[in-house]
Amino acid sequence: MSGAPSVLYDAPGPKAKARNIIYTVIFGAILVLIAYLVIAQLAEKNQLAGEKWTPFIESGTWVTFLLPGLGYTLLIAGLSIVIALPVGAIFGIARLSDHKWIRTVAGVIVEFFRAIPVLILMIFANEFYSEYTDVDSDNRVLFAAVTGLVLYNASVLAEVVRAGILSLPKGQTEAASALGLRKTQTMTNVLLPQAVAAMLPAIVSQLVVILKDTALAGGALSVPDLLRQANVISGNFGNTIPTYIVIGVIYVVLNFILTSFASWLQKKMARRKKTPKGTQPLIDAPSQITTTTQAGAAGTGGGI
Amino acid sequence: MFDFLGDYDILGAFWTTIQLAVLSAVGSLIWGTILAGMRVSPVPIMRGFGTAYVNVVRNTPLTVIIFFCSIGLSSTLAFNLAPENSPTFIIDNGFRLAVLGFVAYTSTFVCESLRSGINTVPVGQAEAARALGLSFSQVLRIIVLPQAFRSVIAPLASVLIALIKNTTVASVIGVAEASLLMAEMIENESDAIILVFSVFALGFVLLTLPVGLLLGWVAKKVAVKR
Repeated sequence: MSGAPSVLYDAPGPKAKARNIIYTVIFGAILVLIAYLVIAQLAEKNQLAGEKWTPFIESGTWVTFLLPGLGYTLLIAGLSIVIALPVGAIFGIARLSDHKWIRTVAGVIVEFFRAIPVLILMIFANEFYSEYTDVDSDNRVLFAAVTGLVLYNASVLAEVVRAGILSLPKGQTEAASALGLRKTQTMTNVLLPQAVAAMLPAIVSQLVVILKDTALAGGALSVPDLLRQANVISGNFGNTIPTYIVIGVIYVVLNFILTSFASWLQKKMARRKKTPKGTQPLIDAPSQITTTTQAGAAGTGGGI
Repeated sequence: MFDFLGDYDILGAFWTTIQLAVLSAVGSLIWGTILAGMRVSPVPIMRGFGTAYVNVVRNTPLTVIIFFCSIGLSSTLAFNLAPENSPTFIIDNGFRLAVLGFVAYTSTFVCESLRSGINTVPVGQAEAARALGLSFSQVLRIIVLPQAFRSVIAPLASVLIALIKNTTVASVIGVAEASLLMAEMIENESDAIILVFSVFALGFVLLTLPVGLLLGWVAKKVAVKR
């Protein structure tokens, strides 16, 4: 990769430079045209007017709507991850158990919850709680949202943990048993810490998935999260587009921080291992998303 | 106890789910490949656009995107995808806006999978192609992308399965697919919610499992032997 910017093309000569300028101009013109059409339409529908945007520089809007919404979103995401991580670890280990029936039961549960959409889990949990428990309706939607997210994400994390344990060299288990450690001790003291460390980037990217999926609860169960507050704000001020842009930016910033943290972790891990000769990549490594699949967990659509 | 199931058009709802998934999958594959091409291209403005698009859209919740398509694009900006005087305007428009949202979102994952696929192609392949005098688009089209595609069937299968499950999000803007029907049924038949849930869960397992198995087999079949 030294010298030329990419192995996919040569360092541009005079002709290529001229051509690139033409492409830049054409593509730039298309972008400007699209931007113009969008802005013209926004202006026609009166979405650019100052008073549609001023609510977002007033502290009232933030204190009354956005911050509570954001807090609720983070609450759902936080509860889900705190519960899903240990549950996922238990199921991941259970799938590697020496006892066939434990392996089978854990496998069926994990595969089942990975195969069905989070949204129908949430809808079902909500109705289930209203039918069979007497939680009040405010808590019920919260419980339903967390239940759905935990069931799905614990299953995905179980696969991540399992892949992490399987990726460790066999010598680790052998050395542990040579030292006289029990199976449980080998797992908790030797295998699990290494597996979690190796899988940290994948776990952090799963956090992004959880954070994004919390919006499902706002859309379908009407919990007062960031997305739901957006509907309240745009109902109050008639400023749909500005509101969506603002909450979109909040989500993107939060997730972008997490995504960047995941890729940083992954690069840090990759530097520890030596890359074998002749396997250097064609382009800069894309961030995380395929980690789980690459690590050998037969992919059932983990990380989206 | 099963007879009430016949009162609802469960197969029809799943058929809508399948249509959503297939159309969005085709769209995302095309737009995702174009995005991947932009992200590795020699033109800086295209690289910049591709990177910005992927990073922004991938980090936005799908529910926000779908809501934006419906409330923002259609209701506020009057950007509709069906003729407004047609009798099925609301149904068609909602369906097409949902597909638009799914394509916009899913293509970012297709793009990232493809980019990791490009990395599995040995450097020598691209170098040899350039030595033969092929241009960037020829290197990409003839040499690199065909090999990259063959090595990313498995990740793309994951993306497709995630897309099938994500089609349920279309219910928040009222597209009559499986999860909307389930919400309605679970409301009406409150004494049989576990049965209703099982039927729909089974439906999704039947949709996603064969896709995973089939594409897993295809992935092994077409993998580039190195």
